Amino acid sequence: MIGAARRDWLLTEAPASRRQARLGQSYRLWMAFSRNRLAMVGLGIVLALVAMAIFADVIAPYDPLRGGGLRTARLLPPSAEHLMGTDDQARDIFSRIVHGSRITLMVVALVAVIATPIGLLVGTCAGYFGGWVDTVLMRITDVFLAFPRLILALAFVAALGPGIENAIIAIAITSWPPYARLARAETLTIRDTDHIAAIRLQGASSARILWGHVTPLCLSSVIVRVTLDMAGIILTAAGLGFLGLGAQPPQPEWGAMIAAGRGYIIDYWWVATMPGIAIFVVSLGFNLLGDGLRDILDPKART
Amino acid sequence: MTLLSIQDLNVVFPGKSGPVHAVRGVSIDVTRGESYGLVGESGSGKSTVLRAVAGLAPVSEGTITLDGQTLGRKRDRAFYRRVQMVFQDPYGSLHPRHTVDRVLSEPLAIHRMGDAEKRIARALDEVGLGQGFRFRFPHQLSGGQRQRVAIARALILEPEIMLLDEPTSALDASIQAEVLNLLDRLRVERGLTYVMVSHDLGVVAHMCERLSVMEQGRVVETLTRADLRALRATQPYTQRLLAASRGFTRADPVT
Amino acid sequence: MSLISVRDLTVSFPTRDGWVDVVRDVSFDLGRERLGIVGESGSGKSQTGRALLGLTPPPGRARAERLDFDGQDLRRATARDWRAIRGRRIAMVMQDPKYSLNPVMTIGAQMREAGRIAGVADPASTAHRTLEAVQIRDADRVLGAYPHELSGGMGQRAMIAMMLMAEPEVLIADEPTSALDVTVQVEVLRILDDLVRDRGMGLVFISHDLRLVSTFCDRVLVMYAGKVVEELAAADLDRAKHPYTRGLLNCLPRLDREPGPLPTLDRQEEWAL
Repeated sequence: MIGAARRDWLLTEAPASRRQARLGQSYRLWMAFSRNRLAMVGLGIVLALVAMAIFADVIAPYDPLRGGGLRTARLLPPSAEHLMGTDDQARDIFSRIVHGSRITLMVVALVAVIATPIGLLVGTCAGYFGGWVDTVLMRITDVFLAFPRLILALAFVAALGPGIENAIIAIAITSWPPYARLARAETLTIRDTDHIAAIRLQGASSARILWGHVTPLCLSSVIVRVTLDMAGIILTAAGLGFLGLGAQPPQPEWGAMIAAGRGYIIDYWWVATMPGIAIFVVSLGFNLLGDGLRDILDPKART
Repeated sequence: MTLLSIQDLNVVFPGKSGPVHAVRGVSIDVTRGESYGLVGESGSGKSTVLRAVAGLAPVSEGTITLDGQTLGRKRDRAFYRRVQMVFQDPYGSLHPRHTVDRVLSEPLAIHRMGDAEKRIARALDEVGLGQGFRFRFPHQLSGGQRQRVAIARALILEPEIMLLDEPTSALDASIQAEVLNLLDRLRVERGLTYVMVSHDLGVVAHMCERLSVMEQGRVVETLTRADLRALRATQPYTQRLLAASRGFTRADPVT
Repeated sequence: MSLISVRDLTVSFPTRDGWVDVVRDVSFDLGRERLGIVGESGSGKSQTGRALLGLTPPPGRARAERLDFDGQDLRRATARDWRAIRGRRIAMVMQDPKYSLNPVMTIGAQMREAGRIAGVADPASTAHRTLEAVQIRDADRVLGAYPHELSGGMGQRAMIAMMLMAEPEVLIADEPTSALDVTVQVEVLRILDDLVRDRGMGLVFISHDLRLVSTFCDRVLVMYAGKVVEELAAADLDRAKHPYTRGLLNCLPRLDREPGPLPTLDRQEEWAL
């Protein structure tokens, strides 16, 4: 693991460089996080998902898009040859799930990258400036919050046309408002603290204060919230796929796979069940990870 | 020569149940190089006066003049080179995620001052912390050390005026003595002007040559240090403060 | 005759590097008097006060050679015993009334509830009478008020009044006046002073303010790093022997001090041994 000398170097109360201070801080967080066993399980699941996506070509034993002989290999039950059986196109379900992890991961990553900054920017600006800026930004947020996410995403996809890219854009557009609310609430408590007054007294611009002082303090609770929302985002993506509005066939998207297996659920249960389990496990992983992150990052939940 | 002049200052905050008149017609002249005290209890408006000077509280009426120039509604960057502030709560006045290094280098970056390395090293030495503290986070510092960092942060811009808002009231008595000595020494070495707010007459008598006693937003009395030490207070409120500062007396002294 | 008798009280908390004693071998007796416990932050003074009521916050642990209240061994007290003691026979007042009073109940409702729990026969009129005892003139207004509608001094008086409903034999006051303005501070102390004199109550007064404690209490325990380094009569404070006590006294800025640097405390390692 980690040597005693290195550990002391990381945990010293008097770091000698910027790097050591930052690494020490990260190590402290890691120690707190790693004590939480369920959170470690969540982290393990998420890391496994990432590894699966990266090495999909190596892990998957068959081609995910092209099946075997339609007469001999259709709807085979799980066996040593086909770990999770095959579907109605005679494709190996395990291979499809492995490749499908790429789609899931892409959805999760892109939504996080698009929605988090929008939410943070809107929320911190509204909270920090107050007044009419706050009113305008928050009313826009309210409009987005007024619609159920899936319905709004459906409307966007219907307008933009079905496809995984449009599904991601639709989910991202519909998931930032809660982050904006959260960031605003955090900003309101941070805004009046002495350390913000102190940096204002040093002549810092609003942009500098927002970016360098307010955002880092909002970031942790927003990250926690985003992680906890990941399960919902995966389910929304799967839901869009199920309705045929997300990833288009023959892409191995998990939601679409369930939809495809729906017709055979009584006689060939594994076709729909296997991707269902995948969705369940990954959602659980993100939830556990989010809970663990909240314990170490969110000071209010800690006390 | 007057460096900072406050004339007929009024501060009104919008409150939930009507406006709150926190400061009512306060006038103070602070001479260059002196240390001026504002004494009062909570709600007397003493901190609000400081915050109004710093631009953190709205000036409803009256004028604040720095070196002959009247300050407008917005303070410019040059103002902050000349006036800096130290806050009361050492736990709230440092950003919890920033190292001492970042706290001290940021003002230098804002004002594009060169020699950051040298200036930071000097500031840390001056407040008696030394280089070993440079890369610590606030949670790795004691209350007194944090307050020293806050003083270093204010000093690094080489201001002329330091606004001190109860800088030692959250500290233990022994730490308070160290920080007061530090502030005293810095004033002499750098020729600083202090405006210090405190509820503790002992602290103000130690630090300030002149002081104003405030009650409910008004200045009730202005005294010199000699007046205070000789207990020459004319206002009953000041006399009550003086009596209370001696601790508890079993029988009410007949005055 | 002593109300509380403590021998070798030690309070420990677990840390990453094992158990740390924040209070070490503290011994004292409390009679019907004002006992001051003075120390700086981290000296263990508050944990000493809490241990007397069995309120050491978990995962901390308190142990003692002896911890007697009125002949009863508190070390063996059960939950039921503690209920009979806390609030009824030993009461505690904390620093900030804002955190000790329930923000959504009126003072009157809280006092009546406290009275009922303490088994007071007529809570409503006792509440009124106790408020008057702590020098609150418009008792009816205070009874109908919510905590946020009261000033700090008034809230702290109401808090003290609530604690006095059951006429406790001992009051533990942990920095009861530190959040108050100096002029209000004196008034609250006067109330506590009268209670000790008129009701024969024992008072443990925990504070960081050596000057205040020395003018208010009969006896002072000076704590440093979890230990009592000196115990002396308050009147003898000027003759304190321990360098820590002397240093603490000297470093205070006073009106009658000559200008010049304040003497600072030169902490010696052996004080903490």
